[in-house]
Amino acid sequence: MITFASFPAPPEFDAYLGTKHYEDNDMEVDLNEDDYEPSGRKLTSPGEVLTSSHAFMRGHGTFVENEEVIASVTGTIERVNKLISVRAIRTRYNAEVGDLVVGRITEVQPRRWKVDANSRQDAVLMLSSVNLPGGVQRRKVESDELQMRTFFEEGDLLVAEVQAFFADGAMSLHTRSLKYGKLRNGQLVSIPPVLIRRLKSHFLSLPCGVDLILGLNGYIWISKLTKANEQEGEEGFDAEAVYSSRNDDINEATRAAVSRVTNIIRVLAAHFVPLTDTVLLDAYEWVIEQEGDIKDILSPEVGEALVTAISAQR
Amino acid sequence: MSSRVEILNDGGYRSDGRRQYELRDITIDLSPRGTADGSAMITHGLTEVMVDVFGPREAKLRGQTLHDRALLTVEVGIVPFSTGERRKRNRGDKRILELAATIKQTFEPIVQTNLYPRSEISIFVSVLQQDGGLLPASINATTLALLTAGIPMTDYVTAITCGVHSTAPLLDLTTLEENDLPHLTVASLPRTFKVTLVAMETRLHVERVSECMKIAGEAGKVLHQEMKRAVEARTKRLVQAMDMAPRIGGVGGGVDRDVDMDEDNQT
Repeated sequence: MITFASFPAPPEFDAYLGTKHYEDNDMEVDLNEDDYEPSGRKLTSPGEVLTSSHAFMRGHGTFVENEEVIASVTGTIERVNKLISVRAIRTRYNAEVGDLVVGRITEVQPRRWKVDANSRQDAVLMLSSVNLPGGVQRRKVESDELQMRTFFEEGDLLVAEVQAFFADGAMSLHTRSLKYGKLRNGQLVSIPPVLIRRLKSHFLSLPCGVDLILGLNGYIWISKLTKANEQEGEEGFDAEAVYSSRNDDINEATRAAVSRVTNIIRVLAAHFVPLTDTVLLDAYEWVIEQEGDIKDILSPEVGEALVTAISAQR
Repeated sequence: MSSRVEILNDGGYRSDGRRQYELRDITIDLSPRGTADGSAMITHGLTEVMVDVFGPREAKLRGQTLHDRALLTVEVGIVPFSTGERRKRNRGDKRILELAATIKQTFEPIVQTNLYPRSEISIFVSVLQQDGGLLPASINATTLALLTAGIPMTDYVTAITCGVHSTAPLLDLTTLEENDLPHLTVASLPRTFKVTLVAMETRLHVERVSECMKIAGEAGKVLHQEMKRAVEARTKRLVQAMDMAPRIGGVGGGVDRDVDMDEDNQT
């Protein structure tokens, strides 16, 4: 079990770091008291010497030169026991196995699709890691290979899970669950990936008749509510429905709700507020109370007021 | 070669009222733009350069993909109204290509490209106004844009021009001074005081070079302070904004967490 040791924070901010354990050890990381940010996190930028490489190990965002650990990105210093790393505040998505991502097909290749998932390389979706029509588990035959475009075409959006990594760091996805697959009836918003916190479930259903998929890669899919009975067990796998590219009829109220949620997410992202279900619900309620037009949410004044309102609630 | 304008008058002032080693005003704007992963706008006096960085992302040209590191591509665009003579330069222009290649060479040893095999980091430089020091402004803006994109670099890169008027070195030349004086552009690394680039388009006396390099190195330190301050202010603001948001399962406190969200310029 790994214990997280953060840098000691000024006492009045302890409340935020409830999950972390402090240790009042004297492993000297040469930090001055006035370097601390109010949040208890210390900031650094490239070229700054963090500590000696004898006492500590270098993690991401650092490199070793002349037996010193030096930062290579701008961000917050994080320490886990003897491992020092720097986390850049805004960067591309760094995938981990099991992450839920939303992506867009960029290319169809032999037995695989290339998927743009806001990462440093396009992800790979193998033909063998998708559900195919006509059975739960079956061998992929040549005919499947020939009609790959009937499943996913260039430009199609999909939700998938990170399955593994290739040697060069590219990720491999899979959609072998009825939760995953092609997306339709909605809209995509892209926000910085750091703003999406890991949640128990990344499939949210808002009471306003909107389904939400928070991809950990910063892509968010906002769509019309899918009825529970449409998601059946493995037996009821209906390729027609799963791989359909045609939108259902979406009534005006749903469209309005989708746009409202989209705009709220854009505003929150512009103010760099991390996204969670509770934040979204609070924001949605606030917006409804204001009774403004949907496009007004994007105006700077309303955005400012929205962020103030939701941060005041806690 | 004498001009009617006095480059350095008897009182020790230059044509725009600066002293020999005085730099022009620098403003840095790091607000995000469009879909770019990192962006920065810097002004050195009247020279204004905007840089957008995309990546690391899937390489656009498969043939150029490198298997052990990321590909760095630089594209420069100079708007026709950026300079006195209104002239449209297209992308194939020799001068523009050279500028792009210089920027690329400057950053190749600094950016840790080996962390991103088969990816591409694209840098787009847009020159909005020119008044001397185009290359240094582009390099400084690129450093900042790469930093905001969270791309790992071993150090900042700071660049400045240094010219020599008879025997007196001048820093941060304007177009007027650049036209009249032999000058060189120096890009240095503030941590190690190493030099990644020296560019010279005019002839400069050998005995003046070392002095120029020394002064340019000093100027680099000053620039580093400015750039670092801007970058840290941005990081701090973003970190605070993230902390300000309600936490899952956690409780906020009665602490003043008022953050000014305006993307204001740091001078």
